[in-house]
Amino acid sequence: MKPYDLPDARGHFGQYGGTFVAETLIQALDDLKAQYAKYQHDPEFRREFENELKHFVGRPSPVYHAKRWSDLLGGAQIYFKREDLNHTGAHKINNCIGQALLAKRLGKPRVIAETGAGQHGVATATIAARYGLECVVYMGSEDVKRQAQNVYRMKLLGATVVPVESGSKTLKDALNEALRDWVTNVDNTFYIIGTVAGPHPYPMLVRDFQAIIGQECIAQMPEQAGRQPDAVIACVGGGSNAMGIFYPYIPYENTRLIGVEAAGEGLETGKHSASLTKGVPGVLHGNRTYLLQDENGQIIETHSVSAGLDYPGVGPEHAYLKDIGRAEYVGITDDEALKTFHDCCRIEGIIPALESAHAISYATKLAPTMSKDKVLLVNLSGRGDKDMHTVSMKSGLSFYCHPECELGRHAAASPNAEQIIKLVKG
Amino acid sequence: MMNRINTTFSALKSNNKTALIPFITAGDPTLESTLPTMHALAKAGADVIELGVPFSDPMADGPVIQRSSERALAKGMSLKKVLALVAEFRKDNAITPIVLMGYANPIEAMGRQAFVTAAADAGVDGVLVVDYPPEEADDFSAMLIARDLAPIFLLAPTSSTERVQAVGRLARGYVYYVSLRGVTGAGNLDVADVASKVAAIKAIVPVPVGVGFGIRDAATARAVGAVADAVVIGSALVQTMLDAPPTQVAETGGAWLAKIRVALDQ
Ligand SMILES: Cc1ncc(COP(=O)(O)O)c(C=O)c1O
Repeated sequence: MKPYDLPDARGHFGQYGGTFVAETLIQALDDLKAQYAKYQHDPEFRREFENELKHFVGRPSPVYHAKRWSDLLGGAQIYFKREDLNHTGAHKINNCIGQALLAKRLGKPRVIAETGAGQHGVATATIAARYGLECVVYMGSEDVKRQAQNVYRMKLLGATVVPVESGSKTLKDALNEALRDWVTNVDNTFYIIGTVAGPHPYPMLVRDFQAIIGQECIAQMPEQAGRQPDAVIACVGGGSNAMGIFYPYIPYENTRLIGVEAAGEGLETGKHSASLTKGVPGVLHGNRTYLLQDENGQIIETHSVSAGLDYPGVGPEHAYLKDIGRAEYVGITDDEALKTFHDCCRIEGIIPALESAHAISYATKLAPTMSKDKVLLVNLSGRGDKDMHTVSMKSGLSFYCHPECELGRHAAASPNAEQIIKLVKG
Repeated sequence: MMNRINTTFSALKSNNKTALIPFITAGDPTLESTLPTMHALAKAGADVIELGVPFSDPMADGPVIQRSSERALAKGMSLKKVLALVAEFRKDNAITPIVLMGYANPIEAMGRQAFVTAAADAGVDGVLVVDYPPEEADDFSAMLIARDLAPIFLLAPTSSTERVQAVGRLARGYVYYVSLRGVTGAGNLDVADVASKVAAIKAIVPVPVGVGFGIRDAATARAVGAVADAVVIGSALVQTMLDAPPTQVAETGGAWLAKIRVALDQ
């Protein structure tokens, strides 16, 4: 394979990527590009970044051999890259630190972010607290309801969470609202995007900050497994944990790169978030990529049990890797991911994020088809603490509720909901 | 054939008048209201009509136009139907230029060349794609110009001199100066600042300069009209039409615009 050096100067990965934004944002993006070019290889910047990753995040994260599960499956050996052990519980913090360090150097006292599940919002709020920056997080009002615990975490960390009521009231609308905030407050505000999407230079910059995941694996795998993996597997929402682990492996031609999208209730039901598998190219949020859209070019609502995968687009570099055949993209349904979630708890003693459970689930399908000397590396992108509520509800349990909230739940489900709530509230 | 936009601006210039450009979202507040509203606006003194093509993710728009797009989409408005509306309008009006304003994805879904052909056939005169800045619009602009459609570009308070020059080379029809840092419908317009920016742009760009994004009433229209070649009014008109009785949308919109026309011509 010829040396891989994308994106080009204008942010294109083949026909994907680019800078599809209103003129009002161009200057801010040009400034960001210039600043990133200046600091990208600056030893002082790199040192501070690496220092933060080591002492604040706890890197390097381990590579762990899921030996019991591999033995049970009877095929390839499965290894986990343990991003779940990072401070704040997922890979998102790597990127937030990189961007917050840029914000500091640009002299911007205020940072904003979009969030779906709340993981990126929590990571941004965390780093903003650490650096004394004002922090505003946009979150679809539907997600605010679904992810109440992360909303509270952000508030504890001093961030302002703004519920977004427009469109489908989910992640894509939160991203629109963050862009609107940015054009309005561009002088004092840095926009910390949470995934490898958005206009150039974001897909490149987020990938570069997340590439630490793959770089560590390249050093760790020979020690742990005796060699590099036969396949690297990661879940794909916007695509940042996947790009982070894939990117350093792109030149390793014997290593398959497999991205796992949310197949939701099934790829044929229309209720999924599988942009690469089921979408067509178009323009959204500043870049050209695969999108889930209707025949009129309107973006459609997506579905996944895991809020972090519930996005109708995908980072443009994945679109490119798919088209050139360097990476493959597959789907895992809600039910498959939930089963894997429980298996992972019981077999390995690890509670994975529902997003990560999609990647693990595919690995457990693939492993038995391969011989025991083969090696699979799965990016365990986050821990499942944030998903206790979703998983317990799906399992028909509700131990996560104190008595008053339990009453509220029954009341809300009752046909006389309003009356009951009035009664309870007095 | 001379593009209707150029004809209109030449006539205004010889009469020493400022162009008035209302923006409405196609299909809002109802599907049926748009065609009569376009005629009412033309009658009330609109020199160009900007017709918004609704999109699910209008990232450069404020709440009024966001909601407006959502209502239009919920009623089934689409790019194809917008083009059909323009063709209907052209049956009775061969003069008033129509500019489509919207986002890239509906156009990409139709196919860019297919869109350009259909727009030219329908009688569209200019196209403003908010998320096609000049660096992503080379080939699309060429397609438009080949069919005598004007590619219309935005300029912002933050646009550098080099960018103004680049836009000046590509632009046809007019350029649209965004009068504030923010989204459509915001309310913090600084007229003195606009005046100095517009003067600087006019010195560089060979086409007329319109100003929009924060103009909401006769007074701001008049103040901005004194320095710009055109004023664009969107959110305030969209809101006025929404508040009108459902049977009187066109009349209300027309009457509202007529007052702005009077103020502008004083
Ligand atoms: C644990 C975890 N994994 C994966 C994702 C998906 O994002 P991305 O595809 O950018 O890695 C999220 C997003 O919230 C997440 O929290």
